[in-house]
Amino acid sequence: MKPKRTGKPEAAAVDRDHALHLLRAMTRIRRLEEKCAELYSAMKIRGFLHLYDGQEAVAVGVMQALTPEDAVVATYREHAHALIRGVSAGSILAEMYGKQEGCSRGRGGSMHLFDQETRFYGGNAIVGGGLPIAVGLALADKMQGRVRVTCCFFGEGAVAEGEFHESLNLAVLWQVPVLFVCENNLYAMGTALEFEHAVTDIARKAACYDLPSTAVDGMDVLAVETAAARAVAAVRAGEGPQFLECRTYRFRAHSMYDAELYRSKDEVRQWKKRGPIATFTQKMKRRGRLADADVKAIEGEVAREIEGAVAFAEACTWEPVEDATRFVYSEGRMP
Amino acid sequence: MIDGEQALRTITYREAVREALREALQKDERVFLMGEDVGRYGGCFAVSKGLLEAFGPERIRDTPLSESGFVGAGIGAALGGMRPIVEVMTVNFSLLCADQIINNAAVYLYMSGGQFNVPLVIRLATGGGRQLAAQHSRSLEGWYAHIPGIKILSPATVEDARGMLWTALQDPDPVLIFENSGLYNMEATLGADAGPVDIHQARVRRAGRDISIITYSASLYKALEAAETLAKEGIEAEVIDLRTLRPLDERTFLESVARTHRALIVDEGWRSGGISAEIASRIMEGAFYELDAPVARLCSQEAPMPYAKHMEDAVLPQAAGIVDLVRHMVNAHG
Ligand SMILES: Cc1ncc(C[n+]2csc(CCOP(=O)(O)OP(=O)(O)O)c2C)c(N)n1
Repeated sequence: MKPKRTGKPEAAAVDRDHALHLLRAMTRIRRLEEKCAELYSAMKIRGFLHLYDGQEAVAVGVMQALTPEDAVVATYREHAHALIRGVSAGSILAEMYGKQEGCSRGRGGSMHLFDQETRFYGGNAIVGGGLPIAVGLALADKMQGRVRVTCCFFGEGAVAEGEFHESLNLAVLWQVPVLFVCENNLYAMGTALEFEHAVTDIARKAACYDLPSTAVDGMDVLAVETAAARAVAAVRAGEGPQFLECRTYRFRAHSMYDAELYRSKDEVRQWKKRGPIATFTQKMKRRGRLADADVKAIEGEVAREIEGAVAFAEACTWEPVEDATRFVYSEGRMP
Repeated sequence: MIDGEQALRTITYREAVREALREALQKDERVFLMGEDVGRYGGCFAVSKGLLEAFGPERIRDTPLSESGFVGAGIGAALGGMRPIVEVMTVNFSLLCADQIINNAAVYLYMSGGQFNVPLVIRLATGGGRQLAAQHSRSLEGWYAHIPGIKILSPATVEDARGMLWTALQDPDPVLIFENSGLYNMEATLGADAGPVDIHQARVRRAGRDISIITYSASLYKALEAAETLAKEGIEAEVIDLRTLRPLDERTFLESVARTHRALIVDEGWRSGGISAEIASRIMEGAFYELDAPVARLCSQEAPMPYAKHMEDAVLPQAAGIVDLVRHMVNAHG
């Protein structure tokens, strides 16, 4: 099975409301991440912090295809996925503050956002560790006759792990309803794609498991949305697992501890010209779907949301230290 | 089976596990068994023989050689509402899925602030003594018992092999059941109505007044054999089967030590940093003033398991070694 390359999506088909919706979603991510960086410098947030700038089109584009019954498994670079999935910016920030009102009670921090209500299963900081879990969630759905999708995000670094190959093999062997989304941002920490992989065409690796796979421009939210919609529809239709490679780029350092010795400033500059928010905004303006006033309105709205989230996190409380061993095991029996 | 029927029958440890699996699969449709060769092959120790025919390939699910993949899938399936029993052929291969067990199963509930529990049971064959050399003879249950968030069961008796599985399946959190492969052929008499047993208490398997021998798994039988020999010399050893290594039921062995005033820990695991060290520490903390002699330990020698029979026997704790140690302890500190 050869990987598909999707052609140019029909931007003309996007109406004004949808354009506003996508722009708002990507803007929320960008502004949240900027705030995180700021709060990190202010020492409000500690630990590892991995930001998503540049990759917004992936989380936003893919999530459009999911319904509330679906499940999401993500990595340590997952603020965006949680936010777009429906976890509030306030509870995400509170989590990073380490407050007990955070979405993981302050137990996880930036890398371990969890939320039962939106079926957000983390927040996994072991590269590749989430893939088998996604297969299992999908297996549970299949065995219980439920039609829903488990969507699993990971970087191209995870593709070199054994668990990637084990999970793809299992998913195809068992025909479970899972969508694998590889966010290929060209670097695993400081190791570039060509130093990580003997075969750098990631979508081809999926194809060797006879897993229907598509590679898409991950800087183009409409392209991602179109490809994800197709893939998710196939999963829902019972056609088995699907694979989507989104070719993207991370604008910021890997984490807050990264001196970025492995790439040139010029390379980053070139990629920034293709930034998903700027290019989408320009395109929609050209098509007459968005006006300057819309962008301004969204920025204002998002600024207020983030401000509110910070205020919320600030006002949240610390878990009592006596609770340090709570939830090592469940309290009481199972329902 | 008729309620209250007391008819006795003799079955093996292997049959007891199989019966427990069969019962669980019958009683709860969310339960399924998966692992390498559990179906068409019948289980590498023939434990699941016949279950594929009875329950079909969806519920007796053969997996490829992907320990991390299928243990992780078990975690996911548990999160998704199933009650998976994942068989990892032997503990030796669990090192390939140690990441899923330790970094996912054990921490999901905690890291999610109490939102996502993982009701998963993992069964693993364990132990040495079958001339399988270093890579196939490990006893790592004590090592896993170091990890908060999972529970570690070590059924030594046919009754426990029959009864621990169902109780483990009722637990909301991940439970690892270590079945010593040297015990699969062991026979015992069970009531026809034998069923679930508790998984939180150690048991005194033999009462005695002179020393407490604290052990678990296959070493239990070496301790019991030693106790018989010692009894002929007038030394009465109490033998405690820990049954569960995490959480550790320290009350049972502390009370025993308070009666006997001596303690010997017998463990097929290594001495350095092992579960025997943990038990000794608990005795220091909880029964120090009861002791008439220093706590002693008999563990495997600190070497990878050798292949040759005489060497393997020398490395593992044996009944004769227990007898010698106890004699010395009782006589030197009489
Ligand atoms: C199993 C494992 N090995 C190493 C690490 C350290 N590490 C964290 S992120 C990372 C790079 C991962 O790159 P990729 O999967 O492409 O995701 P990205 O960071 O680009 O989003 C590494 C090596 C880890 N967390 N887990």
